[in-house]
Amino acid sequence: MRFLARRLGFLLVALWAALTVNFFIPRLMPGNPAESMMATFRGRVNPSALHALEAAFGINSHQSLVSAYFQYVNNTLHGNLGISISYFPIPVSTMIMRALPWSLGLVGVSTVLGFILGTGLGAVAAWRRGGALDSVLPPTFIVISAFPYFWVGLLSIWLFALTLKWFPILGGYTETANPTWNWTFIVDVLQHAVLPAFTILITSIGGWILTMRNNMITVVAEDYVKMARAKGLKPRRILWQYAGRNAMLPNLTGFAMSLGFVISGAILVEYVFNYPGLGFMLLQAVQNEDYPLMQSLFLLITVAVLLAIFVSDIVTAVLDPRTRIRS
Amino acid sequence: MTLLRPLGRAARGSLTFLRRDKKAAAGSIILFVLLVITAFPNWFAPDDPAAEIYKPGVGLSFSHLLGTTSFGQDVFSQLIVGTRQSVLIALIVGFFCTVLSVGIGITAAYSGGLVDDSLSLFTDVVLVIPTFPLIIVITAYLKNASFWLIVLVLVVTGWSYGARQLRVQALSLRNRDYLLAAKARGESRWYVIGVELIPPMTSLIVANFLGAALYAVLAASALQFVGLGNINTESWGTMLYWAQNNEALATGLPLWALAPGIAIAVLGSALALLNYAFDEVSNPALRPVSSRALKKVGA
Repeated sequence: MRFLARRLGFLLVALWAALTVNFFIPRLMPGNPAESMMATFRGRVNPSALHALEAAFGINSHQSLVSAYFQYVNNTLHGNLGISISYFPIPVSTMIMRALPWSLGLVGVSTVLGFILGTGLGAVAAWRRGGALDSVLPPTFIVISAFPYFWVGLLSIWLFALTLKWFPILGGYTETANPTWNWTFIVDVLQHAVLPAFTILITSIGGWILTMRNNMITVVAEDYVKMARAKGLKPRRILWQYAGRNAMLPNLTGFAMSLGFVISGAILVEYVFNYPGLGFMLLQAVQNEDYPLMQSLFLLITVAVLLAIFVSDIVTAVLDPRTRIRS
Repeated sequence: MTLLRPLGRAARGSLTFLRRDKKAAAGSIILFVLLVITAFPNWFAPDDPAAEIYKPGVGLSFSHLLGTTSFGQDVFSQLIVGTRQSVLIALIVGFFCTVLSVGIGITAAYSGGLVDDSLSLFTDVVLVIPTFPLIIVITAYLKNASFWLIVLVLVVTGWSYGARQLRVQALSLRNRDYLLAAKARGESRWYVIGVELIPPMTSLIVANFLGAALYAVLAASALQFVGLGNINTESWGTMLYWAQNNEALATGLPLWALAPGIAIAVLGSALALLNYAFDEVSNPALRPVSSRALKKVGA
């Protein structure tokens, strides 16, 4: 219980920090960028929306910083994120809900797949110490981890979409397709998802392989694994049910920590593939100087990462009693 | 003189280390070559990288090793001259991140109590907030951020992982007998930290420097690629930006877009290989073993 309270407390502190950072960034920037944004959009949006924006970014308002801050926190907590400028008059929350499923699908599936595959490969590599997998995988993935995500995306577009023409180049689905739940559309969406998902998978899997291998090497040397061998258990059973289970625990914590990293990469992958998710929308908002949309996307991505970290902390604690006792 | 002896020993030790460890040796050689290119780009680059003086869109040839851009610039020259920015970002951001990590991580561990609690909380919060979206938001407001602004943003967002690792390591050393002995001798706080606490952590500190440098290279090139750096400077990231905006891949100029990515990956791999090698120094169990050696010990 105490553990849960601590993690919940940390989640709240982190959420508050993200909210506060989000509030102060536009106000701390030199030359008031929000004001130049307003100048661009004056006349294009209606006066009441303009007024709401002024309040949100602290322009021309006689409100004190403190009361503006509380108003902002109150608005955000009620899901009132303001109005997107580039898609006026659609509210930011509607825009975000449109993009969210694409990102959740793409990033969610490829991250979970990467975690499972990487953890499995790492375990096997360490189990057959000095074998083929063990000597090939670590150096290969050390090198691959140094490739920029977006560049791997460019390379796979060039190779698989432009040269070999196996997959479509851009987007989440064919523009002319009828976006309903029918078989052709689902196949179309899957075809469009293959290359971006492959890009995320190939660049993130190395981390899981290397950490799992390193954990596993430590665990295999433990007495209880020797005991299991001495009992004459099948190697496969020792590998997965004795050693693998314990070696996976630090990887689960690592899963939480590196999630932010994967999300960062996914933003660029979506950008390269014009994939209609949150990352692509974030960079488009940047290019259109749509600051309300940009700030809300930053906040949403941060909240998603923080919640995922919280969940994986809880899962780790359920699986590993030591973490509960230690704190 | 007493201080010089460990330095000499360290130098000799690192030479043996390089000879034994292939990963470290490969990483060092690549890094050395890139440093030479950074210092003397004119020895290697045949042309002014910005000059639009050639036939646009030429493929591989002897006069243009990597072809030309659709503006008629020499891709190879751009690649050579662009080396400097990536290498400098890596070294400078890596250095300042390490200074912050060591300062904050070790202060937290050494002080303990309330200082430790608040510094650790601060570190953890910075660590969990996803860095790249934050950098995007900040640089979006800064508009064509200069080199030093990008360095500042990357340092502010990049120190936390190292600080956490170093704190844990320092905590495990804090109550060792030799540290307690130094305190009992009445040595000053700075002596204990600088002479007794930090030296055993060197390999971890170096690994952190390399990790931060790798992060800086990748993040900076990504920012420049999406047009959030200064797009008129010569760097690998801006090469990718111009290649992407002129559809280099679709117009049959793949080298323009692929070459800078490979260059980033070469620098990145050098840092990652060295990083991994230093990990193996601090944890000998991870070192590669040949199956023959395993058979010999009967495992």
